[in-house]
Amino acid sequence: MSQARLAALERPVPALGGFKLAIVALEVRRLLRNRRTVIFSVVMPVIFFLIFGLNRAYAADRFGVGNVSAQIMVSMALYGAVLANSNGGAVVSVERLSGWSRQLRITPLAPVAYVAIKTVTSMTLGLAAVVAVYVAGVVSHKPSMPLGCWAATAALVWVGSILFAAFGLFVGYLIPSENVAQLIGFALLLFSFGGGLFIPLSQFSHPFRVLASYTPLYGLNQLVHYPLGRGAFDWTWLANLAVWLAAFTSGAALLFRRDTARH
Amino acid sequence: MVAFLGPNGAGKTTTIDIVLGLSSPTSGTAAVYGADPQEAVRRGLVSAVLQNGGLLRDLTVAETVAYVSHLFVARRPPEEVLDRAGIAAIADRLVGKCSGGEQQRLRFAMALLPDPALLLLDEPTQGMDVEGRRSFWSAIRQDAAEGRTVVFATHYLEEADAYADRVVLIRRGEIVADGTAAQVRALAAGRTVRATLPDADQAALRALPGVEHVERQGAQVRIRCSDSDQVARYLLNHTAARDLEISSLGLEEAFVALTSDDGPELEPSPERHR
Repeated sequence: MSQARLAALERPVPALGGFKLAIVALEVRRLLRNRRTVIFSVVMPVIFFLIFGLNRAYAADRFGVGNVSAQIMVSMALYGAVLANSNGGAVVSVERLSGWSRQLRITPLAPVAYVAIKTVTSMTLGLAAVVAVYVAGVVSHKPSMPLGCWAATAALVWVGSILFAAFGLFVGYLIPSENVAQLIGFALLLFSFGGGLFIPLSQFSHPFRVLASYTPLYGLNQLVHYPLGRGAFDWTWLANLAVWLAAFTSGAALLFRRDTARH
Repeated sequence: MVAFLGPNGAGKTTTIDIVLGLSSPTSGTAAVYGADPQEAVRRGLVSAVLQNGGLLRDLTVAETVAYVSHLFVARRPPEEVLDRAGIAAIADRLVGKCSGGEQQRLRFAMALLPDPALLLLDEPTQGMDVEGRRSFWSAIRQDAAEGRTVVFATHYLEEADAYADRVVLIRRGEIVADGTAAQVRALAAGRTVRATLPDADQAALRALPGVEHVERQGAQVRIRCSDSDQVARYLLNHTAARDLEISSLGLEEAFVALTSDDGPELEPSPERHR
């Protein structure tokens, strides 16, 4: 038995619990290999923006301190970023259920570092989604709002969409298969209509408008538009976001525990 | 190389999980090379090929190894472990397109990355074809020859017989046998001496050294013992026994005998087993 190996009880433990940018790079490469995810979260929102955001009938109409084209651009960026992060969350549950997390548990990777790697990966795709839509906006010359608004809305969309990783995590545990992305895509389409991302809620009839204000993307959509819309700040937006976030998180935690108990 | 045998539900996977720090013991403590199991894993002293360890289908073989290699500090180069596991030729293949045997060798390559002192294999060849099994074991054996301790849990007794220097048998969480394959075989059943001997004096036979069990079937006696020579000598020299026959049991029968829950017929004597 080699003494060299036993003496290795003094072997070093990796820094940062095993978090390395090289691993994030591998995760991003993996993500890019999954074309469907890239198309749905980066390409589709740009196409939606080009379809809805440049319409001469209303694009130049006033919206808060900017115009409707800018408002649609923010909505589409949010749609893409939320999709990116939901998929990122679902990947975690699928990896857990497939046993990859078990494989990682016999490495020095700390759970916190694992979450950090996944978060940074999701945020990278989320950033790509936001940047793609905003670049389309800049190039088209249609959206108009103060410079600060471009930065503020982009930052809010990018950071706020991270919360939807909890939704992906929940759905991933609920339907543990690689087809989970389709379900997430469909659910987010409904949420986006409910949240007013595709059609302004003002065009909904009153009962539907009330119903819509209880759907999961409503609060976040209102919040990210706040720097642009500049209406009265409504605390129910935060309440909507907080309640749904709590629901997704506890749902995921519940399924996680049930799954852990089974193994 | 140590084989870890036991029927389903005997506690093989549970033991491996505890050594790896994946589960904690319900009572008592576990230590690996004097360290807490999770600490031993963090420092790369122990690694494993898990029975139900998943792989990412959308990474290539080389990327999977690179991924894990980034996680360890003291490590062997990825090219080297790919080579040792015999999968350097398929390094650029997507994991999802690899056969079960290739995926298993990939898990083995990953387990080699930290250059562990102890390598655990849980049912490593389950679902592999004969050729896959043979090449998998030759890679493992080559590696163990360089001084690594390899412990493997298996259902295939012939694997234990062929590759293990030491065999540990467990039943319901208890060790029932521990020794070389030959010793374990002898422990369970030793040999059976059969002879035609009407009116055999069973008490006298039972008193012989190493006799575990005496049974009469008409004019026949069957004596299970650890020292068949002595029994045979006694039968031929001191009794009217004839048609004497000596047979030994295989590891498979020893396994069944030692691990069956309701096998009082072959119940081993208690002082031999802990």
